[in-house]
Amino acid sequence: MLTTLAAPRALLALVALALLLALAPALPGGGARADAATPAPSPGVSAPTDVEGETITVRVRTADREDVPGAEVTATGAGVDPVSGTTDDGGAVELVVPGTGTYEVTLDVDSLTGPAAGLLPRENPVQRSVASGSANPVIFQLSEDGGASASAGGVSAGQVAQLVANGLRYGLIIALAAIGLSLVFGTTGLTNFAHGELITFGAIATYFLNVGAGVPFLLAAPLAVVLGGVAGYANDRLLWRPLRRRGTGLVAMMIVSIGLALLLRYLFLYVFGGSTQTYAEYQGQRGLDLGLFTLRPIDLISMAVAAVVLVAVGLVLVRTRLGKATRAVSDNPALAAASGIDVNRVILVVWVAGAALAALSGVLLGLAQQVQYQMGFQILLLVFAAVTLGGLGTAFGAMVGALFIGVFLEVSTLVIPTELRNVGALLVLILVLLVRPQGILGRASRIG
Amino acid sequence: MDWSSILGNTARAAIGLETVIYALAAIGLNVQFGYAGLLNFGQAAFVAVGAYGIAVTVTVLGLPFWLGVVVGLVAAVLLAVLLGIPTLRLRADYLAIATIAAAEIVRLTVRSATLRDQTGGSSGLSGFAEGFYDLSPFTPGQSYGFGPWVFGARLAWILLVGWVLVAVCCLVVFLLMRSPWGRVLKGIREDEDAVRSLGKNVYAYKMQALVIGGVIGALAGFVFGVGRASVQPDLYGTELTFFVYTVLLLGGAARVLGPVVGAAIFWVALVLIENVLVQAVGAGYVPDWLMSSTQVGQVRFMLVGLALMLLMIFRPQGIFGDRRELAIDAR
Repeated sequence: MLTTLAAPRALLALVALALLLALAPALPGGGARADAATPAPSPGVSAPTDVEGETITVRVRTADREDVPGAEVTATGAGVDPVSGTTDDGGAVELVVPGTGTYEVTLDVDSLTGPAAGLLPRENPVQRSVASGSANPVIFQLSEDGGASASAGGVSAGQVAQLVANGLRYGLIIALAAIGLSLVFGTTGLTNFAHGELITFGAIATYFLNVGAGVPFLLAAPLAVVLGGVAGYANDRLLWRPLRRRGTGLVAMMIVSIGLALLLRYLFLYVFGGSTQTYAEYQGQRGLDLGLFTLRPIDLISMAVAAVVLVAVGLVLVRTRLGKATRAVSDNPALAAASGIDVNRVILVVWVAGAALAALSGVLLGLAQQVQYQMGFQILLLVFAAVTLGGLGTAFGAMVGALFIGVFLEVSTLVIPTELRNVGALLVLILVLLVRPQGILGRASRIG
Repeated sequence: MDWSSILGNTARAAIGLETVIYALAAIGLNVQFGYAGLLNFGQAAFVAVGAYGIAVTVTVLGLPFWLGVVVGLVAAVLLAVLLGIPTLRLRADYLAIATIAAAEIVRLTVRSATLRDQTGGSSGLSGFAEGFYDLSPFTPGQSYGFGPWVFGARLAWILLVGWVLVAVCCLVVFLLMRSPWGRVLKGIREDEDAVRSLGKNVYAYKMQALVIGGVIGALAGFVFGVGRASVQPDLYGTELTFFVYTVLLLGGAARVLGPVVGAAIFWVALVLIENVLVQAVGAGYVPDWLMSSTQVGQVRFMLVGLALMLLMIFRPQGIFGDRRELAIDAR
């Protein structure tokens, strides 16, 4: 085998020959297609195909992301009987259809009850091409006018204030996650693609403690943050420190972190499942009208907690010996080591604190949105954008960058469709790299 | 446990549609990452551009199939140039973040409801592949092949075309890397400044590598789109890129046949694990509380992540690679 590989031309010829043979017409009767019933796995997301058929996962929710239970939905396809279902308390229902193909999913508007009564979906019915091995999600987003003319009538000051408030809420959550990512980069040079999974970990740990074990949320959340710190400790001691000692290169470590991210993400999917969940408490709170904008009480408390923690982290970095040592290592590890700082200890502290902050970010993200196994991965690029904008390796830059990204995301929806707001943030990321790669607060040095 | 069906599925996976798609995408990535040292994390975008090039041209614009191929190739070149202009001067890790962001921009844009009439939104497009299957010399309803490798007429046709594309791309890469151009490219990977001091325009060489790798990625997109006869935006997410990296590192970067061998091993392993686990779960060998049949797919991908970590730590040159050829941290 190895000798043939050493001569690629010979092997190419072999491959071509084998192909011609393989695709020659089968002898009649020979090798009858006993395998016809087992379709080849589809690329990408091929999960084992259920013998029962394919599932369409329908979710019904309002524009405020409130789930709508009790809504009747029907999937119809060519040549098959219609399949109906009613959404559960999570606003979701799985319709099992006989096979792949294009289906039309219809929401019965008259079945909407409670607060959802009288609302209209943005699109109804929805066409969906059902693929094998996918959850085939279909979402009905309800609003009073069907969402078509939501942005009509110009921009009001209240609208802007509301978006800024939402953006600050989001930005504070991003900032908590960004500090850890930025400091780990600063102290070790690692671009950690598994940081998103630390965020998810915080939310899922809280969910299991809160809903699974019945621990009150106010106890479960700090416990999850502590567990996040433990996860950070394990990360550094079991994986990254041995790799640093081996002298593994930075790019190699980055690819290792991608492997770790995949491993953890599918582990979360394995234990948590693919559905979206909520904590047991603080659901369905009404927003408080604060004059210019409306926020739920839980959002205000989340923002206060995040702001206090961020200020505390800032004070620790500026005022304490440990903080000074962290910044020194971040600045120049070799020089810091030469002046007597225990670099490995500082890095361990950064990992524990960074992971705990990421877990807190996940806990709050789970409150602001919902808990889902990909939530950290979905926010990771925004965290990267924040960190890059602020200046890779700086903690304060990460905070500023995160708040900017959060507000920018929300306010940009005045001009671009909401679903494209992440595109705007990612464009900012690329533009920053182009114009000022060291970021707002970063030190200008030879970067690329 | 039905071992003949397990082994049959596994044997088919070695030359199956997924193997072709991942081999092509990894050959393109090999030009960029293996030979030029460019950490392109946006390969999924090139695959998407190829697939959507055909789909939009044929389904939405109603133009013939071959024009769709041209559109896909031109779009891949454009994407490479657009992506390269701002990012190719960046350091390796910045390049990674910028390219991954660009790939997400492409995916989010084509899946947006705003462009539903052009790109089909989150459910994608279908019904563009018939122009390709009309060219098939195989008779519909017949099956072709021997032993376990028996495929229906449509699959046989796309596999034949796909493997010819793989062979041609391998040949092109082999010839390119033997040429003076390829030696300059490898020089850039080893030491950019040294090449620059010889008066070579490093930026232009990197751009050419990005374009060539991107075009080969678009070919993977053609096979992906036409093989499934549909395109769906979420199949072109960042995980596709990560899996392509795993394939490349498995087979060995900077080797002409590394991506092909890697893709075959990757899919043989995945299909074997899946089939064995599904049957073991079905037969009750694996207790219900431990694993359901839907969780089997998740276990597979956990193993992919683990394999990527272990490969990178213990054998970064892959199975057939050459450690001296892999300057993964060349700055």
